[in-house]
Amino acid sequence: MADQAAVSDREQKILGIIETARGKRAKFRDTKINMSHGAGGKATQSLIEGVLVPAFGGETLTEMGDAGAVMIEGVELAMTTDSYVVKPLTFPGGSIGELAVNGTCNDLAVSGARPVALTLSLVLEEGLDSDTLRHEVEAIARTAREAGVEIVAGDTKVVERGHCDGMYICTTGVGHRDPRARLSPSALKPGDKILLSGSIGEHGTAIMLARNLFDLDASIESDTRCLWPAVDALLEAVGPDLRCLRDATRGGVASVLNELARASSVAMLVREGAVPVEPAVAGASEILGIDPMYVANEGKFVAFVAPEAADEALETLRKVDGCEDAAEIGEVRTEPPGMVLVETSFGGRRVMDQLVGDPLPRIC
Amino acid sequence: MKYVDEYRDADLGRALSGEILSLVEPGRHYKFMEVCGGHTHSIYKYGVDDLLPANVELVHGPGCPVCVIPMGRVDDGIALAHEEGVIFTCFGDMMRVPGSEGSLLEANAAGADIRMVYSPLDALRIAKQNPDREVVFFAIGFETTAPSTALTLKRARAEGVPNFSVMCSHVTIVPPLRALLESPDLRLDGFVGPGHVSTVVGARPFEFIPADYGKPIVVAGFEPLDILHAITMILRQLNEGRCEVENQYSRVVPYEGNQRALEVMAEVFELRPHFEWRGLGFISHSGLKLSEAYADLDAEKRFSVPGVRVADPKACQCGEVLKGVIKPWECKVFGTACTPERPIGTCMVSSEGACAAYYNYGRFAREREVV
Repeated sequence: MADQAAVSDREQKILGIIETARGKRAKFRDTKINMSHGAGGKATQSLIEGVLVPAFGGETLTEMGDAGAVMIEGVELAMTTDSYVVKPLTFPGGSIGELAVNGTCNDLAVSGARPVALTLSLVLEEGLDSDTLRHEVEAIARTAREAGVEIVAGDTKVVERGHCDGMYICTTGVGHRDPRARLSPSALKPGDKILLSGSIGEHGTAIMLARNLFDLDASIESDTRCLWPAVDALLEAVGPDLRCLRDATRGGVASVLNELARASSVAMLVREGAVPVEPAVAGASEILGIDPMYVANEGKFVAFVAPEAADEALETLRKVDGCEDAAEIGEVRTEPPGMVLVETSFGGRRVMDQLVGDPLPRIC
Repeated sequence: MKYVDEYRDADLGRALSGEILSLVEPGRHYKFMEVCGGHTHSIYKYGVDDLLPANVELVHGPGCPVCVIPMGRVDDGIALAHEEGVIFTCFGDMMRVPGSEGSLLEANAAGADIRMVYSPLDALRIAKQNPDREVVFFAIGFETTAPSTALTLKRARAEGVPNFSVMCSHVTIVPPLRALLESPDLRLDGFVGPGHVSTVVGARPFEFIPADYGKPIVVAGFEPLDILHAITMILRQLNEGRCEVENQYSRVVPYEGNQRALEVMAEVFELRPHFEWRGLGFISHSGLKLSEAYADLDAEKRFSVPGVRVADPKACQCGEVLKGVIKPWECKVFGTACTPERPIGTCMVSSEGACAAYYNYGRFAREREVV
């Protein structure tokens, strides 16, 4: 028995070393950029933390929120920027133009800022159909109108055929920091409840199916939508008890939870059975061997709320359009710091790690 | 999801967990090997370990088709992918497996045209869509995936697709199991037998395990209840002094296998005299190549591949992990030099690999009651 105890001590020690290594800032050691650097998981993190943050360094950037704070003569603004390179340009439930508006507005919204204005850069490929361009311009105009933001400046560039997939869009957004918001990625406290604003995995799955790589057909639509109304309602209902918000885009809910667990040095426990997933998404994920927790969303956020305000927050959220399926999926814990644990529906436990690579399908 | 959720029922899981507890002898340590990587994945994904008493230990076996591909083979694949005009297709899991100088994912970043497919038929479709390019399919897997490669080759022949070929790295399940059982440092009480492979080969080929080596084996499905159920069946055999092949996965696995699949395989493939396995070395008659009748569709004959043997990295103990001699965390480089994002050994690459599964899921599934 003594032997077994020694073995177990060694296992603990090795696991401890790994945990320490995981907590450290990621180094960027690749010689070339590959697709996983864009997937929102560990490789993306190594690119950001290993190359970009050390170079630009300022305090605001180091916080790595979805938008940065800018103070101009007493007025607090939030700024963010995002590029859209989705393929195909249109897909069930939306198109690149809608994403370009909603995505940037959402980065502002989850930073506690009301989206006010956007700039718009279009990179167009030689040979692009004018009708396609018109369709996207209309989508941008309509979505901006619905979100209550104005397009205030723009730019157009054309590149040779074959140099971009039809069109790329870049939008930069400015928002007005809401005085009710006290959000910070490092504000999480043990006991806080984790809320999800609706069912997950729809956007990523819709895109995957729209690419026709697999002979799979399902009526799954992208969930692209502007999240400000939901954030606004939450701020009104629970204000300062709302600790932090993140929209669960690339890398999905799993990546958001991991980032924040590290930023706040807390643990998280997620109850798998409480996470809302549409049956069609669950089915497609099952067949493709992908975990919906890692699949991109374009209209869902994760909210961390003080325990005493969780019920009210959830009730408020469920009354907002598009958030009817909002759910409490878990809570913040103390140990082990920086880790996200899952209680599986089957009754076991496991670690939900950051995404490694692109979600690679399993073969058997 | 109908027909899936039924096999993931938490109440039934707890009931089986209680049954296992009543079947184990207190003070005795049980070591069972789950042969198939799919089982390893399920065990971690659902936290099946948590429902087992502390004296029942699961050892992860060699049944991950990606993990057993040696570096030299990956290098050959990369060399093919860099051939002028070639579209190289493979299963997604294969993309990150390290060769001696990088992976297919990195080769793709360096300019090769490598595409991920879900089925060999997808590769054939790509060939038909790109008649001016040579399309190579990197075929890997046990008897589970071999029939679909065989059917694809038959279709390519029937439809006359001249620009399609296959780099065959299929392997068979029985020789590595026999090699493992011959290993003197192996200490196992029984096997959870591979489910998917058995849908093709049946359960009969495993009869040598109880007959020649005196170990019980239960062929099992991949849902968490299947695995727990199989463990109760092994424990019953041990308690009743039986030692035989049992089939827990009878809803899918016929005892005699799938004759039509076996016939197609026999037509298209033949055994290689020997094949190198990552960590296990050369094993006789364990790999498949295309038969003479299909030699013209053999990518290794159509193109020249380096075929250089590359020794496994010294620090890597994938072999011992695959044999179940050490646990992943006992490997010298586990979790430090070898991580899922920078794998040294292939056990760390695929989510089915014993090391990756342990790294991702296993570390906190250890709070178990002590018997």
